[in-house]
Amino acid sequence: MNGRSVGFLTLEPRAHASRHWVWGAPLLAVALTLVVGAILFAALGKDPIAALVGFFITPLTSAYGLAELGVKAAPLAMIAVGLAVGFRANVWNIGAEGQLTMGAIMAGGFVLSVNHLSGFWILPLAVVFGALGGALWAAIPAWLKTHFNANEILTSLMLTYVAQLLLNWLVHGPWRDPAGFNFPESEVFSPSATLPILWEGTRLHLGVAIAVIAVLAIWVLLSKSFLGFQIKVMGLAPRAGAYAGFSLRKVVLTVLPLSGALAGMAGFFEVAGPIGQLQPAISPGYGFTAIIVAFLGRLHPVGILFAACFMALTYLGGESVQMFMGLPLAVTGLFQGMILFFLLGADVLIRFRIRIGAPRPGKAA
Amino acid sequence: MEMDLGTTAAIATAMARAATPLALAAVGELVSEKSGVLNLGVEGMMLVGAVSAFAVTATTGNPVLGMVVAMAAGMLMALLFGFLTLGLLANQVATGLALTIFGVGLSAFVGKGFVGTPLPGLPSLDIPFLSDIPLIGPVFFGQDPLVYVSVAIIAAVSWFLNRTRGGLILRAVGENHDAAHAIGHGVIATRYRAVLFGGAMSGLAGAYLSLVYTPMWIENMSAGRGWIALALVVFATWKPWRLLLGAYLFGGVTIAQLHVQGLGVNIPSQLMSMLPYLATILVLVLISRDATRIRLNAPACIGKVFHPER
Repeated sequence: MNGRSVGFLTLEPRAHASRHWVWGAPLLAVALTLVVGAILFAALGKDPIAALVGFFITPLTSAYGLAELGVKAAPLAMIAVGLAVGFRANVWNIGAEGQLTMGAIMAGGFVLSVNHLSGFWILPLAVVFGALGGALWAAIPAWLKTHFNANEILTSLMLTYVAQLLLNWLVHGPWRDPAGFNFPESEVFSPSATLPILWEGTRLHLGVAIAVIAVLAIWVLLSKSFLGFQIKVMGLAPRAGAYAGFSLRKVVLTVLPLSGALAGMAGFFEVAGPIGQLQPAISPGYGFTAIIVAFLGRLHPVGILFAACFMALTYLGGESVQMFMGLPLAVTGLFQGMILFFLLGADVLIRFRIRIGAPRPGKAA
Repeated sequence: MEMDLGTTAAIATAMARAATPLALAAVGELVSEKSGVLNLGVEGMMLVGAVSAFAVTATTGNPVLGMVVAMAAGMLMALLFGFLTLGLLANQVATGLALTIFGVGLSAFVGKGFVGTPLPGLPSLDIPFLSDIPLIGPVFFGQDPLVYVSVAIIAAVSWFLNRTRGGLILRAVGENHDAAHAIGHGVIATRYRAVLFGGAMSGLAGAYLSLVYTPMWIENMSAGRGWIALALVVFATWKPWRLLLGAYLFGGVTIAQLHVQGLGVNIPSQLMSMLPYLATILVLVLISRDATRIRLNAPACIGKVFHPER
């Protein structure tokens, strides 16, 4: 007998992984999410077509909406591409949200200390501080993994809570704006520390352009450099890598801080762009959503750019149906979780052929 | 400062309340991992359990029904995880993360209408006479029922894993699924059962949070407890009784932050709230640094896809 049954379905292994389904699976996942989304909207007593249009189309029909898509896709893409490098090497950084927060804290602390000054040097330096904050925060789980064998999934996630509590304390305490009527917010960043707007009348800021450049730079790094090759080998065949003299330790100590730096930069772009100051909540879960973006984009930089735009749309769609149809904003999280499930399920098609019915005797396909 | 018996009893009670949801979620994950399945969706299953328990209890006024529904909801989530990882051979780490992300979204969606709804807490199951004994009375006999239930479940799991045939098969499946399969044990069926048990326990842990620990629904109210439970399983080196010890240790850390402030030590609450997360990292480091010990204790097939080639 060949293949095995899952309920009434049979999985038959393919001789070769299907290239078509590598990119077909995300499309199938999006399609399935739309179908289930329509059913969900209908169950909530809304016209499913109108709701889907409101969720996925309406946000794109205005200049402001398109710019917002960029504003939200940029941090997602930048974080996801960093995570993807790690996932390829079997390094699971789940704490990007914390690294984003730490980047915002480090860069924000620098900005607040020079907030009375002006100069072109402030912004680039702040970006460096942001990257540094994220990289250092990610270096902790990296070091704990290489030196103490501690699971990076759990440590990076725990550090996310620590970073968020730290930010919360800072804006409630030492960094609170004395002239801010006791709101838990820092001073507003000076114009020298605020990202210039690229598109007048919208919130599209310089950080979005930098994010696209960063994603492309990582693409070059992955496909052209020896480091990219090592990362790929260590992920696919760690033993072969070890024989070749590649060091897992080195890969971990490079990959985690790299993804942390990207998340930290994204954090600074949030507070120096759309937000303009430090406050307790600076991200609607970009660090976690970026995990979905990384998988949906097939851990490939170009795929990630598309996936980031789609996931950004789920944020805008949630806001849109909340405004126009009175649906809860939490629809966004539901759609995001759903799409990852469908994707993981659809990925089975890459390695297996699915037949309806019981396993049948015969040769492998 | 002198502590009287009453304070000691109160601290012990608070510790048990903080430890119970961790112990419940962790023992479920332990069974799942013993069968070779790493389910990182504990946090998501807890949240879905918490919101279903709250919704059912707030609507029907019946907390027992709420808990049962929470367990069922946790199992449904686990079934989804099982179908993807065991049926469709999806990566367990990615699927577990998906389960958590989905659970956060789903619970926020379902719970929207219940934010701010108050709920009377569960009555504690005072055992007559025994709970009147000074100190040991309230500590051992004055807790709410789920505290006892959680200890009983851990005892039952310990007995099942080490003393029964079913437990032996479950461990065999987790240690070497190919060998277990070759001698005729149903690897997939065993793992489904273990994963479903994990879902039920996470659901119950969630119910404890929203019905007993803080009787209300708040978005993301598990606050990382699902992840701490995962760390506890490593800390316990996959041994049920050590799990209970770990859970109470964490319960102690959680309430220490409240009591230190009560003693007038002036540390900002946010910094004190970091303690459980930092403690989690610390114990992970202390346990994991001995790589041999982890290798010897961890189920050998954990996280591996099972697909018999025949």
